[in-house]
Amino acid sequence: MIRLISPRELRRQGILGMNQRNLGFIGRYNRRRNYQLVDNKIKTKTAAIANHIPVPELYGVIEYQFEVSRIERLLADRTSFVIKPVQGSGGKGILVIAQRRGDAFITTCGTSLGSSDLRRHVSNTLAGLYSLGGRNDHVMIEALIEFDPYFAQYSYEGVPDIRVIICKGVPVMAMIRCATHGSNGKANLHQGAVGVGLDMATGRSICAVQHSRIIDAHPDTGIRFDELRVPHWERILDLASRCAEMTGLGYLGADIVFDYHQGPMLLELNARPGLSIQLANQCGLRHRLREADRIALEAPDRSERVRLAQQRFAVPDRA
Amino acid sequence: MIASKTQVALVAGILLLFGLGLTAYKTTTLGFPLFPGEYREVWTIESKISFRPKDEPLTIELKLPQGLGGWTLIEEHFASSGFGFSVQELNDHRVARWTREGLDRPTTLYYKIQTYRATETSLPDAPPRRIRKPTLEPDQLAAMDRVVALLRERSSSIETFTELMIQEINRRTLDQDVAFLLGTYQADRATIMLDILAYADIPAQRVRGIALEDGRRRQTISSLIEVHNGTNWVLYHPTTAKPGLPRHFFVWERGDEAILTVVGGHSSSLEFALLSNNLPAKTVMGMEHRAQQYALVDFSIYALPVEQQGVFKTLLLVPVGALVVVFLRLFVGIRTSGTFMPVLIALAFIETTLLVGLALFIVLVSIGLWIRSWLSRLNLLLVARVSTVVIVVILLMAMFALVSYKLGIHQALTVTFFPTIIIAWTIERMSILWEEDGPHEVLIQGGGSLLVAVLAYLVMTTRIVEHLTFNFPELLVSLLAVIILIGRYTGYRLSELYRFRDLAKPK
Repeated sequence: MIRLISPRELRRQGILGMNQRNLGFIGRYNRRRNYQLVDNKIKTKTAAIANHIPVPELYGVIEYQFEVSRIERLLADRTSFVIKPVQGSGGKGILVIAQRRGDAFITTCGTSLGSSDLRRHVSNTLAGLYSLGGRNDHVMIEALIEFDPYFAQYSYEGVPDIRVIICKGVPVMAMIRCATHGSNGKANLHQGAVGVGLDMATGRSICAVQHSRIIDAHPDTGIRFDELRVPHWERILDLASRCAEMTGLGYLGADIVFDYHQGPMLLELNARPGLSIQLANQCGLRHRLREADRIALEAPDRSERVRLAQQRFAVPDRA
Repeated sequence: MIASKTQVALVAGILLLFGLGLTAYKTTTLGFPLFPGEYREVWTIESKISFRPKDEPLTIELKLPQGLGGWTLIEEHFASSGFGFSVQELNDHRVARWTREGLDRPTTLYYKIQTYRATETSLPDAPPRRIRKPTLEPDQLAAMDRVVALLRERSSSIETFTELMIQEINRRTLDQDVAFLLGTYQADRATIMLDILAYADIPAQRVRGIALEDGRRRQTISSLIEVHNGTNWVLYHPTTAKPGLPRHFFVWERGDEAILTVVGGHSSSLEFALLSNNLPAKTVMGMEHRAQQYALVDFSIYALPVEQQGVFKTLLLVPVGALVVVFLRLFVGIRTSGTFMPVLIALAFIETTLLVGLALFIVLVSIGLWIRSWLSRLNLLLVARVSTVVIVVILLMAMFALVSYKLGIHQALTVTFFPTIIIAWTIERMSILWEEDGPHEVLIQGGGSLLVAVLAYLVMTTRIVEHLTFNFPELLVSLLAVIILIGRYTGYRLSELYRFRDLAKPK
């Protein structure tokens, strides 16, 4: 027998459903013309630099098929990098190269790729295989984040990132997404990454989920998530809030990574953030979004909004 | 400005009421039955008379069917722009006559009837006419003599004589004399048969009509052989020798006179486009006089030409399929590969029947995926690769059709109804999905798509749905309203009740 949760219980907990997210939030708060800045990662990067938001360094862009052969020259002195579709979605088409061994490129999962594999991946991406609506796309190559060793045990074969949902400039919910072997080093929950909900006040872990089920420990490293606490929490929330201001979107998700040398950085933005974050936080978004409306009215100032969010969305200590 | 909520409610309400109101009017006032009761198979026969005029006055005469063998005509329609037109009674025959001073280009005249077989009666009794012996060359005469003697020797009655003769003429390895007759006659086999019968002093005549096949275009007239055995007439099929009037044979004319005569033209031909509809008996009964009474009926799908009616028969089901997809995605939350791909697959299922269609689809996509996995090694650009898959799919279809035809599995021939491009894209997407997210996700999305397609198929082939969409196309307006309303649904999806099930745990 399949166990289901009753819709009444979901409503009581304030869980946001897919239909309501699409119609009530994305459709209402996000103007279509503002999407460009978010869906196009190069535009995001440019805007972020203009707004003094740190981002991973851009190594190069490949716009046309004939440029594909230049990729080797472009990557000649790079040992680690990330190849991404500029307009990709859901983590599709992201290739993470951690090191090189002779002519071979080694991904974070240890798979060895030749340069012809890289070229094929790039031309597929250019043709729009991984992009929203299958349009022609461009390829960007950027620096691989050197993540804080603090997270090493929590994320397997991949960089963990912190997803913050921001509504009207107020950060409302956050989780850290940890790669697993099953997710191929990617931090996308639907590909099998672990999502750990974070207390808005402190950055402490609340609950961990993988494939929509609650888990206690990382499936690959076996480390328990109870003790996880994200450092520099205020800086992360502030960064997320600044991203929201930059885009003009009323409802968005910011993916923030933690570079060992440069601190929190904006990795990418998402105008249609997923809903699993609610499971990881064991808490619905609807009540918090309503509260965010109020905070946005009360506090015109960014730091004040972040402070109020931390105060009102705090989770009582489990102990 | 009105709030968008009120706007939606207003628009949806108006559309809903419009559709339902029109339906109510049609059922109460015009007597269209809302539920499919007893069904009649109504055939629409569109006769196309084409010819090339000579430079002289034209007269085209078409002998109209009398409604023999239980066939009842419910509607007749003539198209004759620019022609003088009249229907005349000539010794218990109705004849349509088109006339015109002259014409300088080839032209086509139309005569459309709707008919159904009210009762399966045989043809009425009539006295046999005097036998006219055929006039033959001496060598033909000798061959004829030997053929008749041979048949007489081996048969015991008029019936067995006729059956034997038909078999003899249709045999693969012909008797020498029969082969000679067939070779020297400048006529079709039915004429030879009638001549043999006449030579043997058996009263016989030709019965002409149309072998009915749904969706058939350019069907030509075919003949049956009618033989009088002394007490009554017996019909025989000229190739199978099966006695009796076949079920799907519309009798047009009994006797040997010409059906179509064109004076002042040449290269004339008579062709038929056929379509069968299952119509409720009540609709059939009332159709004739209602058509004259109410203009509204004239604006129904039935007023369209036969070929378009056939197209609309399936086209009108697409919105129903779309509704199923909207429902399953927004209320249930089934993931499919491609939003409306399942509807197209369901449409193909209608042609192939469900089980055959499912088997074909799964085999086609599996083989396609296998070939595609090999293609990915060739390192092609996306557009070229998808085109390659399209061609592979077409080749696969052709191979399927050929192999199954040779094996005698005729159902597999319907493989051509699958939308090639859609299948190719499905294969491409699934193969990427396989590489990116693993076979598990392929199974979920592929299974989801098939499930939606099967459900859409089941809904679309329900009798009441077919009945309502075809007889009350205005209900689609109401359906549109329902879809608009569903578009505003913000509640949970069934899949979310499963996805968030771990929230129910007591903390």
